[in-house]
Amino acid sequence: MILSIASGKGGTGKTTVSTNLALSIDKCQFIDCDVEEPNANIFLKTKIDKTEDVTVSYPEIDKEKCDFCGKCSDFCAYNAIAVVPSDVLVFPELCHSCGGCELVCPKDAVNWHKRVIGEVEHGRTKNVDFYQGLLNIGEMQAIPVIKALKRKVDKSKDVIIYVPPGTSCPVIESIGSSDYCILVTEPTPFGLHDLKLAVEVVRHLDIPFGVIINRDGVGDNKVEIYCKKEDIPILMKIPQREKIANLYSKGIALADEVYEWHEMFGQVFSRIKEEVGK
Amino acid sequence: MKQLTVISGKGGTGKTSITAAFASIAENAVFADCDVDAADLHLILKPDIEKTERFNGLDIADIDKKRCIDCKKCYESCKFDAIDEKINLIKESCEGCGVCEYVCPVDAIKMVKRDSGVSYISITRFGPMAHAMLKTAEEASGKLVTVVRENAKKIAEREGKDLIIIDGPPGIGCPVIASLTGVDLVLVVTEPTLSAIHDLERIVSVAQHFEIPVVVCINKSTINLDNTKKIVEYCKKNNIEVVGKLPYDNAVTEAMVHEKTIVEYSKGDFSNIIKDMWSNIREKLKE
Repeated sequence: MILSIASGKGGTGKTTVSTNLALSIDKCQFIDCDVEEPNANIFLKTKIDKTEDVTVSYPEIDKEKCDFCGKCSDFCAYNAIAVVPSDVLVFPELCHSCGGCELVCPKDAVNWHKRVIGEVEHGRTKNVDFYQGLLNIGEMQAIPVIKALKRKVDKSKDVIIYVPPGTSCPVIESIGSSDYCILVTEPTPFGLHDLKLAVEVVRHLDIPFGVIINRDGVGDNKVEIYCKKEDIPILMKIPQREKIANLYSKGIALADEVYEWHEMFGQVFSRIKEEVGK
Repeated sequence: MKQLTVISGKGGTGKTSITAAFASIAENAVFADCDVDAADLHLILKPDIEKTERFNGLDIADIDKKRCIDCKKCYESCKFDAIDEKINLIKESCEGCGVCEYVCPVDAIKMVKRDSGVSYISITRFGPMAHAMLKTAEEASGKLVTVVRENAKKIAEREGKDLIIIDGPPGIGCPVIASLTGVDLVLVVTEPTLSAIHDLERIVSVAQHFEIPVVVCINKSTINLDNTKKIVEYCKKNNIEVVGKLPYDNAVTEAMVHEKTIVEYSKGDFSNIIKDMWSNIREKLKE
């Protein structure tokens, strides 16, 4: 089963939920798709044993062959090539590697080079087979790193995917092909507003889902009213407690510290697995 | 005209609550919500929308199956796996490059405009605001951020405002870079958790990569004093000023529930620290 953990709003508790689930079940693969700010390994504490570069291609123009016709620059939807009367400028960080410039070039002047934009790291503990991606500082495109991570998914295993915040392309790329999605929210106006957006995304992708309310007790009860009205199951509530916030701040997972939480997260996982199996 | 971007790396550290608080005390400013895929600032600032404009992100392929001769050239040429073997478009994967349209021998594919969201120009009780809504599951959030920033600039010029306060998105990628390029100062809102500290270091590197001055504010600083100390030490070592340490205070959430900024809602310590922090930042922006 592929289970993804998403939220819309950042900082609602995706890391808490996903890492505790991973630590409360027998064996799983854990994939942290927040390649901009990965945090799960702070709690999972796997030792990174393997690192692979993620590369993308970008064009280099052979100025011997180029006659500065400007067709490549006209074609490029990303403004990654600029042609001036006697020069061509390429902006590799804007290039999406679509290959269009090469197709339209009448002089066969486009050559491809690779550059590193990030990496995929692997680590392992007794129970968790862990992957995370890291987008390099100053790079714009998270998608190629997320794609490289998603190629690591082993469908024969139980897979937990940590989805970055937001509702746009990195979220879709991370969440795609999941069997179930947990949306983590908090009972505040910001939490509810962004939960509604996240619900739109999972409904759009036709993925079954349920909600976990974190910091239960702060704010108001409008998230619960919304879930009830929309017939969305609330899988668990994690109360607002100083102790929980303090453990989180130190990078300690609840399930490692308090056995009851280990059991509760295990039960949430079984319940989802049963529902997916139906 | 000066521009300040409030950013955090990690989500949920309090960017929007702090930006809203600044909005309630800043003079002669325009506000811009650049977290276009999960915008929340409007929930507190309650803008009256004066102008709405459609936003077209990247184009999208439109396949005319009646013309298609099933040569599969588009399928073979698409680098984004956005056309399957049966020549159906996978909308979410299309990045609008136009290669399929170009290689199609029978003109069965046209690149068309994609309805990707809307941008707004509004008025709030504290001043004008530029914001937007990216449709869910869309691309090009960076491009929409740029639209919001251009709108904010236009308003500022038109109305003689001398400051733009930008609420940025989480992360370090495309929309974040679009939110901070060319601004005068970045305020990073962090919290004393190991996750936030890790993210702080990455977002500071991004700002430094683009050579933008950075200051830091530690929110919820009382939830782990050891970590707060670590952040202060990290900032000292990297020559970054800590402009404020805010305590954990449930009044922040209460203010949000009442759709008010913390400064409007409470006269407590939190609001006083925000005010001090703001005058400090205002001075920095004059430099």
